[in-house]
Amino acid sequence: MITRGFTGRQRPPDIAKRLPPGQSLTEDFPVLSAGPTPHIGIEDWSFTLKVGPKPIARWNWAEFNALPQTKQIRDIHCVTKWSKLDTPWQGVLIDDILAAAGLDRAPTPFTLAHSFDGYSTNVPAADLVGGKAMIALRYEGAPLPPDHGGPARLLVPHLYFWKSAKWVSGLQFTQHDEAGFWELRGYHIYGDPWREQRFTGD
Amino acid sequence: MTDAGTTNLAASRALHWQQATITAIVPQTPRVKSFFFAPSHPFSFRAGQHVDVRLTAPDGYSTERSYSIASAPEMKDSIELAIERLDDGEVSPFFHEVAVVGDEIELRGPIGGHFVWDLADGGPLLLLGGGSGVVPLMSMIRHRAAQGSTIPVLLFYSARSWDEVIFRDELMALDDRQDGFELVFALTRERARRERDYERRLDTAVLTEVLPRLPQAPKHVFVCGSNAFVEAAADGAIATGIPRGIIRTERYGG
Repeated sequence: MITRGFTGRQRPPDIAKRLPPGQSLTEDFPVLSAGPTPHIGIEDWSFTLKVGPKPIARWNWAEFNALPQTKQIRDIHCVTKWSKLDTPWQGVLIDDILAAAGLDRAPTPFTLAHSFDGYSTNVPAADLVGGKAMIALRYEGAPLPPDHGGPARLLVPHLYFWKSAKWVSGLQFTQHDEAGFWELRGYHIYGDPWREQRFTGD
Repeated sequence: MTDAGTTNLAASRALHWQQATITAIVPQTPRVKSFFFAPSHPFSFRAGQHVDVRLTAPDGYSTERSYSIASAPEMKDSIELAIERLDDGEVSPFFHEVAVVGDEIELRGPIGGHFVWDLADGGPLLLLGGGSGVVPLMSMIRHRAAQGSTIPVLLFYSARSWDEVIFRDELMALDDRQDGFELVFALTRERARRERDYERRLDTAVLTEVLPRLPQAPKHVFVCGSNAFVEAAADGAIATGIPRGIIRTERYGG
C-alpha cells in the first residue's frame, strides 16, 4: 500500500542492498535490553559449555582469552528497525570453543545461549558453526562496554540482534529448539532479517 | 531446516499488517504530536505494548518504525501514538508535516510481552520516564485510571522544560485526584514549577527522596527513555535497594 505523500530517504544502491526489508541505516550504536545493565567483573566472569543439563567445559576470563581469537567485520540488524554496517568485532569463534572442549562438531542440533542477567535465546547449532558466530570480547578494538554486553556477548550477525545475547555466561546444546526470553514473548523463533522474521508467525 | 521449531509456536497468532485511518492529530508539545489511528481490524493490547508502522513510497521503497501506544487498552476504537519529531528523521517528519486526518497508514500489533502491566500485576508501581519515554508509562497510568484503581503509582518524569512535558495537564489532573497516583516532574534545562518537582537529573539521591511517596516499596519498576536516562535511572533505583529483578527497561533512540 503506497503511503500518500511519503517519498522516504532512499540510500545509494550499494548501501540499500545491504539493508534487509524494513530496516534503516544507523551510524550510532543504539542500546536495547529488557532490564538494568549488569556490571560483571572479569574476576567473576566464566563461560560454561553444556550438553543438555551437563557442563562439559568451563573457562575463566584468562583461560577464555587464551583461546584463539578471530576478527570479523559484519553488518548487524536489530529487530527495532536499525541496521549498522561494517561493525568490527574480535572474539572466540564457536568452532574454536567446541574444539577446545574436544568436540569435532556440535553435539546436538540446537542451542540456548544463557546470560548473567537470566536472559536466554535459542539458536540452531548450524547457525553458530562454520565461522558464523563468536563470543565477542572486543568491539572497535576496545573491550566491550557493559551496555553493549561486556565483558562478552554472543555475536550471530546474520540473525536479528536479540539473538546475539549480551552478558553471555554460557552455551547449552539442546536436542530440541527451546524458545528463549524474547521468543517466549512474541518474537520469532529463528529471526532471519532477510526474511523479516520479526515476530511469531512472520 | 534451521527453523524447525517455528510451526508449533507460530500457529496461534501472526501479526498481520492492516490499514489504519488517522482520525485525529493533537499537538502535545512543540516537538510531539499525538496521532489517533482507527485500525481496520481493531485489536486488544496490554499497557506498555507498541505497534509497528510501515510507510511505502510510490517506487516501492518502504520503511518501518516502532511506536509505543499511549492510549489505555480500554479505548477500543482507536489507538494513540505520540510521535516526537526528530530533525534528522525519515518517518517522524512525515507524520508531523505531511500526514493529515483521513490518511491511511499500515500498522501491525500489538508487539512486546515484557514491558507490560495491568491491574492484575498489582503494585505499588514505580514509573521512571525520560522525555518521550513517558508514552508507554502513560498507557499504564490511563489503564489504572480507566479501571478506577487505587493501586499506588509514582511517576517520576524527566523532561527538558515545562513546555516539553507530554500529557502535562492530564497528568496533573490525575495527580489532583489524590487516589494513590503521585506525580513528580524533573526539568533538566529549566527551573522547577511546583514545590515537589526537581530541576536536576535523576540519580540515587533524588530517588531516595521521592520513593517515600509510595506507601510501600514498589513491586514493579518500569523505566523508559534514552539509553543515558535508563542507565542512570535503573542504576539509581538499584542503589536505593530496589531489587534488580523487578526493574524492566525500554530504551528509545533505537
